[in-house]
Amino acid sequence: MIERNPLDSRLFCGAAGVAGLFCVLEVAGRTGLIDPLAFPLASTVVGRAASLVADAEFLSDVASTLGVWALGLLVTVAVAVPAGFLLGSLPRVESALRPITEFLRPIPSIALIPLALTLFSDRFDMKITLIAYAAAWPVLINTMYGLKDVDPLAKETLRSFGFGRLAVLWRVSLPSTAPFIATGVRLASAIALIVAISVELLGGGSEGIGSFVLETAGDLNPMEYIIAAALWAGVIGVVTNGLFVLAERRIFRWHSARTEAA
Amino acid sequence: MTNGVLRVIGRLWPVPVALVLWELITRGAELPAFPPPSRIAAAMHTMWLTGPAERLWLSDAALTNIPASVGRLLAGWALAGAAGVTLGVALGRSPLLFRFVDPLIQFARAIPPPMLLPFFMALFAIGPRMQINVIAFGIVWPILINACEGARHVDRQHLDAARVFGLRGRERLLRIILPSAMPKIFAGLRVSLSLALILMVISELVGSTDGIGFQLLDAQRSYDLAGVWGSIVLLGALGYAFNAAFLAVERRVLSWHRSARQPA
Repeated sequence: MIERNPLDSRLFCGAAGVAGLFCVLEVAGRTGLIDPLAFPLASTVVGRAASLVADAEFLSDVASTLGVWALGLLVTVAVAVPAGFLLGSLPRVESALRPITEFLRPIPSIALIPLALTLFSDRFDMKITLIAYAAAWPVLINTMYGLKDVDPLAKETLRSFGFGRLAVLWRVSLPSTAPFIATGVRLASAIALIVAISVELLGGGSEGIGSFVLETAGDLNPMEYIIAAALWAGVIGVVTNGLFVLAERRIFRWHSARTEAA
Repeated sequence: MTNGVLRVIGRLWPVPVALVLWELITRGAELPAFPPPSRIAAAMHTMWLTGPAERLWLSDAALTNIPASVGRLLAGWALAGAAGVTLGVALGRSPLLFRFVDPLIQFARAIPPPMLLPFFMALFAIGPRMQINVIAFGIVWPILINACEGARHVDRQHLDAARVFGLRGRERLLRIILPSAMPKIFAGLRVSLSLALILMVISELVGSTDGIGFQLLDAQRSYDLAGVWGSIVLLGALGYAFNAAFLAVERRVLSWHRSARQPA
């Protein structure tokens, strides 16, 4: 009785949109509207992206980037969450440090790469340090913000039952701040990926997808590889972000964190 | 008046304290990679403030590099702003169109912007055109997505009122939809502005013959570490200034919004 209109389906329309763009690019390339030498055919790019899955060199570069990303994010959380709790529970220290953090925050982390190149002899350490510096900000700020949002009544209740400061922190403040921290970590994960790839592009190393793209410059069709690698980088971005969103939804179903940051 | 001055002093005292500590520690440690702040300030002075007095003492390097960088940043930001707001509002008002392009947008914004750099370098060769494109393409997504969100969630009552008054087309867009999407659009523009600075720097580090990023790289290549630090400080100051200026503009432009939302 109900006649489903395919135009109401998100899946149908989305697939049609992707297929449409693919066809437009393919036709534009084949008819010469876009020079296939400057911008390869859509089918060539997709074919190249598919063949990269079987390319051992590419896979090890992806693994290297993901390894740096994951470890960098881990260091970020290990540093920024305790720092956020410390600053959040010591308002006087926080207000004293605020003007300094306000000057440090706007420094674009990418600008630190040339300095880091002279400081570190080891590229791996350098990547981790730069990622931790750049990605720590959203985690730190969200942790402090979440700590302000803790229900004072719950804290007072526990304290009047004789729990100590640390117990209150562990039983009330941490669980109630956790959704905010999770949002911060999700934002940090995108930053960590940006910094990891930037260092690979600028640092002159030989590992990671950034370096993979640079090394294809000598190939016959570098553009094919560049776009195919960018497509895979997009897939990595979608998947990592999607995993964080999924985890947030599952773990914090009880909490409707309305912390929006684009 | 004196109260205000006292408050500023009360808030900012940690800055000179930190500077003095930094000076003492770096002088004591004598690490070549960590010049004391006084040396950094001196390097900044030589780099940018040794010109003639009638040019406000700005040196040639300051007059070529700083406007070049800021110009490209603002050009990329303006381009992204125009494209993002136009497309975003269109998508926000057309659910059908939105369903078609949503996966493409989600995918495109997930690509880490530095990955675009080799692509645009191969497409345009090195120069301002390449840099402006990298900046615009990398930062358009927060603006587009926020504009779309803002245009989608226009208050029903406002739209109904617009219909009663016979507003349609352009009128309706300019008087109802855009103003109600404005706070979201500004949030997107602000995120993009700080992203634009990052992409400006990286595009200048990779391929450029002028700009602050180029000067930073130049200082690093000639082992002038005070110059490296000085360039970083200048970039941080620029980021701070951009953000402060943006917030000031936002407060003026959106003041009606805050007062309209306040319960009477």
